[in-house]
Amino acid sequence: MKAAVITFPGSNCDRDLAVAFAAAGAEVARVWHKEDALPAGTDVVGIPGGFSYGDYLRCGAIAAQSPVMAAVRAHAARGGYVLGICNGFQVLTESGLLPGALMRNASLKFICKRVGLRVATADSAYTAGWQAGQRISLPVAHHDGNFAIDAEGLARLKGEDRIAFTYVDNPNGSVADIAGILSDNRRVLGLMPHPERAIDPAQGGTDGAMLFRALMGAFVPV
Amino acid sequence: MAEPEITEDLIAAHGLKPEEYARILQILNREPSFTELGIFSAMWNEHCSYKSSKKWLRTLPTEGPQVICGPGENAGVVDIGDGLAVIFKMESHNHPSYIEPHQGAATGVGGILRDVFTMGARPVAAMNALSFGEPGHPKTAHLVKGVVEGIGGYGNAFGVPTVGGEVRFHRAYNGNCLVNAFAAGIAEADAIFYSAASGVGMPVVYLGAKTGRDGVGGATMASAEFDDTIEEKRPTVQVGDPFTEKRLLEACLELMASGAVISIQDMGAAGLTCSAVEMGDKGRLGIRLTLDAVPQREAAMTAYEMMLSESQERMLMVLKPEMEDAARAIFDKWDLDFAIVGETIPEDRFLIVHGNEVKADLPLSQLSSQAPEYDRPWIEPPRPAPLTEPVEIDPVAGLRTLISAPSYAHKAWVWEQYDTMVMGDTVRSPGLGAGVVRVHGTGKALAFTSDVTPRYVKANPVEGGRQAVAEAWRNLVAVGARPLAATDNLNFGNPEKPEIMGQFVGAIKGIGEACRALDMPIVSGNVSLYNETDGQAILPTPTIGAVGLLDSLDDLIGGLPAEADTALVIGASAGHLGQSALLAEAFGIEAGDAPPVDLAAERRNGTFLLDNRAHLRAATDLSDGGLALAAFEMAEAAGIGVALDSGDLGHLFGEDQARYLVACDAAGAAALIAAGAAAGVPVAAVGRFGGDRVRLGESEAALDELSSVYRAAFAAAVA
Repeated sequence: MKAAVITFPGSNCDRDLAVAFAAAGAEVARVWHKEDALPAGTDVVGIPGGFSYGDYLRCGAIAAQSPVMAAVRAHAARGGYVLGICNGFQVLTESGLLPGALMRNASLKFICKRVGLRVATADSAYTAGWQAGQRISLPVAHHDGNFAIDAEGLARLKGEDRIAFTYVDNPNGSVADIAGILSDNRRVLGLMPHPERAIDPAQGGTDGAMLFRALMGAFVPV
Repeated sequence: MAEPEITEDLIAAHGLKPEEYARILQILNREPSFTELGIFSAMWNEHCSYKSSKKWLRTLPTEGPQVICGPGENAGVVDIGDGLAVIFKMESHNHPSYIEPHQGAATGVGGILRDVFTMGARPVAAMNALSFGEPGHPKTAHLVKGVVEGIGGYGNAFGVPTVGGEVRFHRAYNGNCLVNAFAAGIAEADAIFYSAASGVGMPVVYLGAKTGRDGVGGATMASAEFDDTIEEKRPTVQVGDPFTEKRLLEACLELMASGAVISIQDMGAAGLTCSAVEMGDKGRLGIRLTLDAVPQREAAMTAYEMMLSESQERMLMVLKPEMEDAARAIFDKWDLDFAIVGETIPEDRFLIVHGNEVKADLPLSQLSSQAPEYDRPWIEPPRPAPLTEPVEIDPVAGLRTLISAPSYAHKAWVWEQYDTMVMGDTVRSPGLGAGVVRVHGTGKALAFTSDVTPRYVKANPVEGGRQAVAEAWRNLVAVGARPLAATDNLNFGNPEKPEIMGQFVGAIKGIGEACRALDMPIVSGNVSLYNETDGQAILPTPTIGAVGLLDSLDDLIGGLPAEADTALVIGASAGHLGQSALLAEAFGIEAGDAPPVDLAAERRNGTFLLDNRAHLRAATDLSDGGLALAAFEMAEAAGIGVALDSGDLGHLFGEDQARYLVACDAAGAAALIAAGAAAGVPVAAVGRFGGDRVRLGESEAALDELSSVYRAAFAAAVA
């Protein structure tokens, strides 16, 4: 599997995401946001956490206009995999690759802690290593993780089994406790929790490693 | 534009004393221009010149085989083996944070991060030591919220994990809060960047954000007491932009790797003035600046404003001229300003040109070498009477009082607003003693702690100084780290008062003694004086930030106690209740002497703990709140109860030093007791972990009930 991790100005989990992909055995390229093409043969694009453009306008809104995002949209349109974590999730909703929006946390405070999650569907390359309904634990660290979507959009996400993760104890006010969602072809995943911060026992948890391992599995011939 | 005339009022408004102005006249043999007066005031204020503290700072131990660079540069540099170094410093942003808490604290974090990455290190850990006034004081909740938000807003966006710190409340901080920000970074030991310019005719380059009028006179403001005109000082506080800082970090590290940098210095207090003088002075060169080339955010800025602006996220660099294009390309990539604003010159001269006019022409080296230095009169504070009256309280009621007080309550409200895990190397987050961060890509780790007990320092400055160092050392040892070195952030009142100066002198003496005895030299630091409002000084607060090394993560003592583990205390307990947390919180009494610090016992007991780590499941140092608070915190974190055998208040809440609480399984406890007997180190079983109740002697309560109190108290206090 060839992974391309994008760096926007203000990204700060780009290295962490590259480390997590590499730990799962992926070949990783780092891509500057001003590039207008992805490296040849890219299987999965990683859009990392951080504060792209300082989150000064609306989280992810300016990054969504970066030159590289045209290439990412084309990659997704071809059925390529895209994983957006935290600020990356915000970039994906701002880019129109995922529905909904991430608003300020209900507490109006930044929240960093380990939270309980439920794997809401095992039907994706990202979540195939778990059972639907399985409880896992991952860190969150965000100021704007309050997922919002209109009733129709929510019904569609539910009806199409596209809610990937839900919070056990909702930390940010997200509608329907949503922590992560899939695109309609199930190949684009956006989530607020940080799987790349839970890949090694020294980090206090390894549940995140499963996501990267499962994704690798999608590229290994059976 | 015509500059104002120099008058007595103008001189006083620049914080210069008449005798200091006389010295300026003597150096120049003429009256200074307005811009020159501003430059002198920037260089000679307390914050930049250390004029009251220098004499005493020189007495601190700053060397050791592990020290690559001690005080005098932007931050201290310490060898951690394998060709790597840790670079760290702690610095105060007290005055600005009290005036404008969010931006004051944010720019404090920004400043300390720049101090670290200007030397070539990528920041890997941050801590914050915060002191606020009484929870009920009308300003306190506003300050706590603003400061914590400001720290989080800056550090989180920049992308450095905050792994430790302190938050205390005391009425002595009602009029002056303290915000002490620590940062540490890692660099290749042979690729450290310093500030000394070298070579004549080398371009001086301005990097980063544009210069505005924010923060003009900030360092001078921070060198004076507050009074009821404080609201007028708000414009002296700078505004932080972590997004620019993050880009500046990445651009600087790329620039350094390119080989283009001769020397580099961040623009902190007194901005362009201090950074340019520092680079010239250390390189024994002059500097000529043409201010027309300075990137400006506002129209019609004067030379005076540009030289004194404290706009954030800026750097000054001396560049290898042949590398100009490559260097400029890096800053273009990151959309940051890059401007050649001057050059190094052979003569001892600080020449400022603006609009083809000479605005300042000063002998550069004398700006620092001739800065005033004072040997301020001081008196030793009277030795407090020992505590005589016995205190009585039900032990669990005493514990409940402590854990309900925001100084001792669970601080998740604070640290959950900080990103504690970004960079993916955090091994121990805040809340349980020292923070631990892996050295990326290696099996090693660094431990970080920040400590001081201001009540002790007030009662007995020498003992309090020793204790701050000893506690920091113990916190590192308790996670299995080998203490390496420390940084000191010395916060005191007005040094012109002999009793305040006496606190300072005493604390430095104690810090120096302890650092020598424990081989933990001071490699960087900062002094913040004049922390007074309407004549009321803060508690003397010499914060010690310390760093330790774990050669392997296998050395980490990072566990929690388990059901049926034995609780043991390493070190001798005498039941010292003077100046204890129990007295202060439960009785409102701050009496008696500070606990005595036996540095030989500290060293012996700490070494014993490290030698016997294999027997331990969990460890913590004992500090304020004593055994009862430490045992409760340890048990509560593990979600199990604890029973301590003795109900004696001195035993439970005494704050004797050189002690640790450890948890061991049965075999470990027996082995530890035997090892203690063999080594002559006191080791005593004091109780047992497990169950769902907290029992102190005969007094007990449900863990759940105490846990709710402990976890709710902080938020309630600052609501």
